Amino acid sequence: MNRTKGDEEEYWNSSKFKAFTFDDEDDELSQLKESKRAVNSLRDFVDDDDDDDLERVSWTGEPVGSRTRPGSFQSLSDALSDTPAKSYAPELGRPKGEYRDYSNDWSPSDTVRRLRKGKVLIFLKRTLSKEILFRELEVRQIALRHLIHFLKEIGDQKMLLDLFRFLDRTEELALSHYREHLNIQDPDKRKEFLKTCIGLPFSAEDSAHIQDHYTLLERQIIIEANDRHLESAGQTEIFRKHPRKASILNMPLVTTLFYSCFYHYTEAEGTFSSPVNLKKTFKIPDKQYVLTALAARAKLRAWNDVDALFTTKNWLGYTKKRAPIGFHRVVEILHKNNAPVQILQEYVNLVEDVDTKLNLATKFKCHDVVIDSCRDLKDRQQLLAYRSKVDKGSAEEEKIDALLSSSQIRWKN
Amino acid sequence: MAFPHRPDAPELPDFSMLKRLARDQLIYLLEQVTSWKKDLFIEADLMSPLDRIANVSILKRNQHEVDKLYKVENKPALSSSEQLCFLVRPRIKNMRYIASLVNADKVAGRTRKYKVIFSPQKFYACEMVLEEEGIYGDVSCDEWAFSLLPLDVDLLSMELPEFFRDYFLEGDQRWINTVAQALHLLSTLYGPFPNCYGIGRCAKMAYELWRKLEEEEDGETKGRRPEIGHIFLLDRDVDFVTALCSQVVYEGLVDDTFRIKCGSVDFGPEVTSSDKSLKVLLNAEDKVFHEIRNEHFSNVFGFLSQKARNLQAQYDRRRGMDIKQMKNFVSQELKGLKQEHRLLSLHIGACESIMKKKTKQDFQELIKTEHALLEGFNIRESTSYIEEHIDRQVSPIESLRLMCLLSITENGLIPKDYRSLKTQYLQSYGPEHLLTFSNLRRAGLLTEQGPGDTLTAVESKVSKLVTDKAAGKITDAFSSLAKRSNFRAISKKLNLVCGTGMVRGVGGFIPLWSTFLGGNVLERRSWQGLDEVVRLLNCGDFAFTDMTKEDKASSESLRLILVVFLGGCTFSEISALRFLGREKGKREFIFLTTAVTNSARLMEAMSEVKA
Repeated sequence: MNRTKGDEEEYWNSSKFKAFTFDDEDDELSQLKESKRAVNSLRDFVDDDDDDDLERVSWTGEPVGSRTRPGSFQSLSDALSDTPAKSYAPELGRPKGEYRDYSNDWSPSDTVRRLRKGKVLIFLKRTLSKEILFRELEVRQIALRHLIHFLKEIGDQKMLLDLFRFLDRTEELALSHYREHLNIQDPDKRKEFLKTCIGLPFSAEDSAHIQDHYTLLERQIIIEANDRHLESAGQTEIFRKHPRKASILNMPLVTTLFYSCFYHYTEAEGTFSSPVNLKKTFKIPDKQYVLTALAARAKLRAWNDVDALFTTKNWLGYTKKRAPIGFHRVVEILHKNNAPVQILQEYVNLVEDVDTKLNLATKFKCHDVVIDSCRDLKDRQQLLAYRSKVDKGSAEEEKIDALLSSSQIRWKN
Repeated sequence: MAFPHRPDAPELPDFSMLKRLARDQLIYLLEQVTSWKKDLFIEADLMSPLDRIANVSILKRNQHEVDKLYKVENKPALSSSEQLCFLVRPRIKNMRYIASLVNADKVAGRTRKYKVIFSPQKFYACEMVLEEEGIYGDVSCDEWAFSLLPLDVDLLSMELPEFFRDYFLEGDQRWINTVAQALHLLSTLYGPFPNCYGIGRCAKMAYELWRKLEEEEDGETKGRRPEIGHIFLLDRDVDFVTALCSQVVYEGLVDDTFRIKCGSVDFGPEVTSSDKSLKVLLNAEDKVFHEIRNEHFSNVFGFLSQKARNLQAQYDRRRGMDIKQMKNFVSQELKGLKQEHRLLSLHIGACESIMKKKTKQDFQELIKTEHALLEGFNIRESTSYIEEHIDRQVSPIESLRLMCLLSITENGLIPKDYRSLKTQYLQSYGPEHLLTFSNLRRAGLLTEQGPGDTLTAVESKVSKLVTDKAAGKITDAFSSLAKRSNFRAISKKLNLVCGTGMVRGVGGFIPLWSTFLGGNVLERRSWQGLDEVVRLLNCGDFAFTDMTKEDKASSESLRLILVVFLGGCTFSEISALRFLGREKGKREFIFLTTAVTNSARLMEAMSEVKA
């Protein structure tokens, strides 16, 4: 600042922006008037030339000494017109320059220059009251983002939520609140906390997700307590044969479903731990359900259960196999779990696409399927080539020979 | 084969100076603390960079009196030294750690000397926290302005992976100043840069801040001959697609599989074929690595096998040798052969690991889907593939990556798909990822199409834009282009997707940068001719030539281009640009990145839930 003391005196005496003190705290009305005037007369604190001085802030990029445009109170006065009668008591610091136009956001370069080490923002947070600060930031998107990030880092959850509330950013408010659950380790406490998240201003879809999260944890706590009890009692076969490696708490839904299909497959719909109950409660699509149940039963080598998953009875009483996930997937999962060849073969046969079927059959050595496929494709060469892969003198070899010498088949090659 | 060093290629500046500078600065700071022995606490993230500059013995040398080294971590520190020195990044949690230590001392009635060295700089927020914790008066603070680590002869890294999340998600500009300082240092050491270009809002800000710094300290570089003719600043979010595609060059795959950190990688027992892990430095000095790093993976194995055979043949020569020849062989060649053999077996081991992982992942199917997304056909199939990927709980990061690719190439997911995939993701990988989705949406990586944003709608708007230059229509179209990626339009315009099979760096797809850096912008010294593309990208751009500096630049230096990636770059991109440089016009690229990254790191940065 290049002003001398004399200049400042002159300024104070002639300026239409009255200075004042905060000592007079008489009645409410005068307080309100004072407050309004205070904010209107908010001095800016900076001098552009003096960047490194911590204590000073400039609101705009305008050079020192420029005249203020009259209509420029717009944003602030408008904002103030519906302010409730609160008394502000901000520390304003020594008034220095003229009132500046608050309606401009800081340009990026200005912002960066001034916020270079985050100095300015911190000063603001400390010395101004929250409301004034929030109003100023409302029109300064960049500074706002910085403050939000800072509050997150510092862990000042309260101020962060206040800020979002003030800005009417309801969804971010809800998400910030929800985020806190990650810091709560105790499952019951976390569950209680999640309950407080339901009903927050999430979007419609997210509200449903939050509800599901709560319900899931609630169920998991019950299942975990129950199963731990069963396991320690040592009477249940499934737990004895396959002791649990980890708790089910806080696991995703699909993992919980897998667990349920593994340990509680046959339970009736009424129990919390039954797979069917989970499916119904969380509206798990058929595809996902079948995939998960298959993986679990295959791991237990429960081939009959696998069979039942895909068997449907049509109205004539005939059974038919169907899969919402594609039989090639089924085959892969079965193979991964070392299913016996007969089982694999049965499902390879159900693969619709002939090429895929042949590939899988060859890969998994399902001889009969390969042979039959070659016959269906009338591919003599491939059948011949495959002959060398089957055991000498086996039934498969005989079958191949029979086909090769058959006069019924019109081979294409 | 490697990109052989062509005799006519311009010589790269010597960046080892940066290491020496950083080391000397650190030593100076350490010596400033009084002469008694001190214990040094180093933040985990700084250990690897520090390793590349100054190893333990240098730090412990008598003048600097560093007694013990500790890592800053959650456990309480048991140090008996009278002086504690902390070398940390300016993070709040580090301040809390230091405060807990100092306050514990206070409670125990113990007073020691504490010094905090912030790298690369101190943020005021840190001071504030120290004040809050009541220890501000007890510690002395310093800054170690180390922000440029040479990882290779042509690669500099700022080792600031947090840049990506801080800027592109949180909108925090704190590191822009750091970038400007780094650029300033570079121009001080290697001469001014006559030509500056950039694309992206962050690039523009960094450039302007840098210019101000230069003006303030004018005179330092006046009259110097520039060593590097051009500098190009790029924002990561101008091209997310390239960073999200699967990497197919060897170096990229090693990074994806093993995570390269500060230019070195930890190979576990399955790679080293022993029971020990080995930390290997990967740069141009590893002769084997140098030859395969930029190669498409399908070529690498064959190449290594051939090399192994050659090596065996060399060994076998000793059979026919007499004593004298043998002596010669042992003294001159054997060591080299042994080293080559060691490196060879390491890389073959690494290849095997990579291949194993790829087969497990069903890589072929994955690449097919990616390609379909890039080209824009079979979108329904691709979406089903992603859905299945999620259902099978294959990998939370990979599933996210694929969804983001779909979103960016299609200008957002259709609402039905967005809802359905999101629900399935939360069911497969955890409900808390609700927060991850919110982050991805904010960063523009995974969005939902609004009405009127369907690809056909946008494409028709865009096609009008590029053929009809009537001002009114342009403004109309602009308002809806907002933050859309317009990937399909741009890629069609520039012919970026070029069939299957490897082209340069990224399988079947040319990174956007290659087009910018391929010559036009550099030759014309402006963005002219690429206006439409720049408009589609809808972000800032600039091009500035300082003729006074350009006049002083030698033709050699004008063939050197420094590319600055703000937000990170992948090895695939580096590889593609290395290839580009040598193929077209004998240019040489030097890379400066805020951090080396890959698709997994980008996704992890957006994930609110730490795996």
